[in-house]
Amino acid sequence: MTSYTTSTQDRPLVKAPKTDPNWLWRMAWRDSRRSRQRLFLFMSAIVLGIAALVAINSFGDNLARSIDEQSRELLGADLTLSWNRPPSKKTQQFLRTIGQDRTYEVSFPSLVSIPRTGGIRLAQVKGLTGNFPYYGDWEVTPAAGIQAFRKSGERVALVDDALLVQLGAQPGDSVKVGNLSFRIAGRVMKTPGQAAIASTVAPTVFIPNTFMNQTGLLQRGSRVNYRYYYQFSPGTDVSAYVKTITARLDKEGINYDTIAERKRQTGRAFADLTQYLSLVAFVALLLGCVGVASAVQLYVKEKIASVAILRTLGASGRQGLQIYLIQTALMGLIGAVIGAVVGSVVQLVLPQVFGNFLPVAVDTVVSWSAVLAGVGTGLLISVLFALLPLLAIRNVSPLRTLRTSYEDDLSGRDPLRWLVYGLILLFIAGFSYLQTQEWKLAIGFTVGLAVAFGVLTALGLALIWLVRRFFPASWSYVWRQSLANLYRPNNQTIILVTAIGLGAFLIATLSLTQGLLLSRVELSASGNQPNMVLFDIQNEQLAGVKSLVKQQKLPVLQQVPVVTMRLNDINGRTAETVRKDTSIKIPDWAFSREYRVTYRDTLISSEKLGSGKAPSQSNGAVYISLEKPYFDRLKLKLGDTLNFNVQGAPIQTIVGGTREVDWNRVQPNFLVVFPAGVLEQAPQFHVVMTRVPNNETSAALQRGLVAQFPNVSAIDLGLVLKTIDEILDQISFVIRFMALFSILTGLLVLGSSVVISKYQRLRESVLLRTLGANRNQILLITALEYGLLGLLAALSGILLSLFGTWALAQYVFEVPFRPTALPLVLVAGVVTLLTVAIGVFNSRDVLVRPPLDVLRSEG
Amino acid sequence: MSILRVENLSKTYQSRGRSLTVLDNVSFTLQPGDTFAIVGPSGSGKTTLLGLCAGLDRASSGSVYLNEIQLDNLSEDQRAAVRNQYVGFIFQNFQLLPTLTALENVMVPLELRGEKGAARTAQELLERVGLGQRGHHYPTQLSGGEQQRVSLARAFANRPKLLFADEPTGNLDTDTSATVVDLLFELNREAGTTLVLVTHDLELASRTQRVIRIKGGTVISDSRPEQVTVG
Repeated sequence: MTSYTTSTQDRPLVKAPKTDPNWLWRMAWRDSRRSRQRLFLFMSAIVLGIAALVAINSFGDNLARSIDEQSRELLGADLTLSWNRPPSKKTQQFLRTIGQDRTYEVSFPSLVSIPRTGGIRLAQVKGLTGNFPYYGDWEVTPAAGIQAFRKSGERVALVDDALLVQLGAQPGDSVKVGNLSFRIAGRVMKTPGQAAIASTVAPTVFIPNTFMNQTGLLQRGSRVNYRYYYQFSPGTDVSAYVKTITARLDKEGINYDTIAERKRQTGRAFADLTQYLSLVAFVALLLGCVGVASAVQLYVKEKIASVAILRTLGASGRQGLQIYLIQTALMGLIGAVIGAVVGSVVQLVLPQVFGNFLPVAVDTVVSWSAVLAGVGTGLLISVLFALLPLLAIRNVSPLRTLRTSYEDDLSGRDPLRWLVYGLILLFIAGFSYLQTQEWKLAIGFTVGLAVAFGVLTALGLALIWLVRRFFPASWSYVWRQSLANLYRPNNQTIILVTAIGLGAFLIATLSLTQGLLLSRVELSASGNQPNMVLFDIQNEQLAGVKSLVKQQKLPVLQQVPVVTMRLNDINGRTAETVRKDTSIKIPDWAFSREYRVTYRDTLISSEKLGSGKAPSQSNGAVYISLEKPYFDRLKLKLGDTLNFNVQGAPIQTIVGGTREVDWNRVQPNFLVVFPAGVLEQAPQFHVVMTRVPNNETSAALQRGLVAQFPNVSAIDLGLVLKTIDEILDQISFVIRFMALFSILTGLLVLGSSVVISKYQRLRESVLLRTLGANRNQILLITALEYGLLGLLAALSGILLSLFGTWALAQYVFEVPFRPTALPLVLVAGVVTLLTVAIGVFNSRDVLVRPPLDVLRSEG
Repeated sequence: MSILRVENLSKTYQSRGRSLTVLDNVSFTLQPGDTFAIVGPSGSGKTTLLGLCAGLDRASSGSVYLNEIQLDNLSEDQRAAVRNQYVGFIFQNFQLLPTLTALENVMVPLELRGEKGAARTAQELLERVGLGQRGHHYPTQLSGGEQQRVSLARAFANRPKLLFADEPTGNLDTDTSATVVDLLFELNREAGTTLVLVTHDLELASRTQRVIRIKGGTVISDSRPEQVTVG
């Protein structure tokens, strides 16, 4: 308790009043009586942000739970083992003894065709023997197709829906795989262990394994994968069992996957996805908070007179602040709760939004943890933002009761404001860290946001300054009035430029980035770059394939031999030594992966020499060239030795140099390049690249290949482009859906700030009308003002996004940045029109009602 | 012991590098129960003087002692506490909180002091100013005279030792003014409060025991009302 003493005596005369703490709540309640609707309008700005946050986090929780519950369907079996070179006889024997039941699968890419339609496409051919899937549903229509497929002796195939759609085929047609035709017994909608999106990239044709050899596609050097799906008796600890055989599997180069492992990987991938999307949702929330801050600022301006009266009557500055803090916090809480309810409803549609990406069916139930986190986050951040303008209440002078023009009290700098700014930044960084678990990203996100807000605010300020500085005094009244509205007291220039600009920034960036990703692929299709890759060509087929290409009057642009091998040791250290010695930081995959290697003595156009020299041989030593990032990740130095196992034969090599590789080109690029003269006799296949001018030639060449060289596959860049486009479409739909919340929030902020400013502008417009301004003049003033604001905001957002996408292009995707104008013009146009429409719509009162009527009802 | 002692009070504003003295070396002392008017033309500095006496503003030099508490050294919140305990206010434009009912407006000073039974006391005060039935009305639903009566009830709610009135009739018509002024002096007499009145209405000023005239920030006369020339 504070007590004050007189100047002459030390006995206390005045004590700070012992106000009942409940009085603050009562005052907050009473004071809000006539402004509750408007207060709620302020807080409605955070509703959508919280809704988005709660929706995405609830969905994330439900997805994680569903993955957990349905984890066995992620694999379709208890354990899978896979390899791509034949293991020893003894191991093969051993593999046939594992588990209670097993399905054997042989798979490889191949061109398949539908004779009826003439359609042809690269597909993944899988030969199955056994009862896969053991868990989950193999969604096949008609369902009887599965029985037909499992009945031995029948030449039937099950084909992925995507492939049937692309080739214009349906069940009942036949599909040609190599030398054999199969009757299509069913359309595969979903296979356990595979997200639907995967079938867009590599659609599968399932055939009974017994016919595999007769297709004529299994040849030496083909890129064939083998796999066992195992089912164990219930209650078996599969992970523990796998531990006992790991050493043996590693030795033979056999990869394994268990349900636990798949669950971990899938769960993590989707946790990452939902966490990043929640950052997008968070942007919507922050946008709403900016709206709250600006609305509360106007609210505070109106309440200053009341605060001054309270201060005159003896209330302290802190009490004044608390009254309005209670009001805004309560409204924030209501907004947050409504947001959480909306979010819990929105998450019901999210499984449809994510569609093909989801690995399991997701049950949507209310996630209380997400709801609580969303309400807490929303409440805290909106109160922090509201505090920025509310702090001024502490300094309101009681002198305002005597002098209406008194303004000295609120003009000074308030150090507490900086504290609040600091808290907001800290909160944003903390939130994004919790979402991403990476400080670098969290700080990047925070700094990025601060920069975006900063740039937009600066542009708003610049506009105000420019309009004032170069005010066109000679223009017509309507123009002058609407321009002056941009800088006069109570203007909304900064807030609207920030809110709408951020929305425009998000939309424009999405559109530009999608273009960027596509251009990265399209780039390779331009000029004389190859656009068709033929691979799996055996030594003896090479001449024939080349002449087939030439018959179609197509060029052979490049021809590359490929030898597959594995890495035995680095400087004499094998996988086992490396794994045991934790001080050696060489990743496991260096030893477990299969290397596809070519041989030549020169670098090609997509490569640049990094260090050392091009591949070469001298005095019997083999100097190889490694791709630079690969070289770095394996912590290698020039002169280190690598021992490769080339399909049984060990070859000792020395690291002779590194290369920078442009992986964007559609052509085979290699981590490891051998010199000529070492691998010529090793089993190998060839890749031939050509350029086809159109779809007809492409189809003709592929038909020729299927007829003469059925094992040779072709990748048509046109198809790749189309596939990437489809995937990007799906991804951008998800992102757009999330960005929608930001955009809607932007509109809501726009709407509410226009409504709030309506109270400020109403008297003025009425005065104008009283002085004789007609409806059209006021309409035009309003439309021009919002048009200017909307246009500037949109242009600012687009400018920011151009800069952001340029940085992405330059530093992340490393492609030249050529933005297309049309989508940007569209964004600018739509944003501006919407701003004008909302502005005019909210001001309609002033336009249609008699002046006095308006004043009475608002007074 | 004096209730209000003003010593060599000056107030200077800095504006665009120039200083403007609005109050220059004013001194006076009031005893408990005194009624006192500050008169002068617009811009003479009388409202500034009232603001300084009530602790609403700080002087550039000189001192104000309110109930022997020196206001100059107190923070804004400390001065607010002094006002809540010792001071009541009447304003030209009433200064009622627009979102509170008449009754609630009168309750505010009592509630700020944490007093029990604020509603009952406030209701009694409203009855005393003749608005017992209007307690639930908002300021916009009351006439100017009624609003000023609510404001009177509020001013006396915390039984102040000192009542400051700034042009209390400035916004009222003649008849209403008379009622409000009668009520003001009646309540003042009953409560034994010291009254400081700022006005340019010499007739109103003549009802006080003592009048000082200010012009250009300085006191040009300090007199009994019968010495003030009306007109």
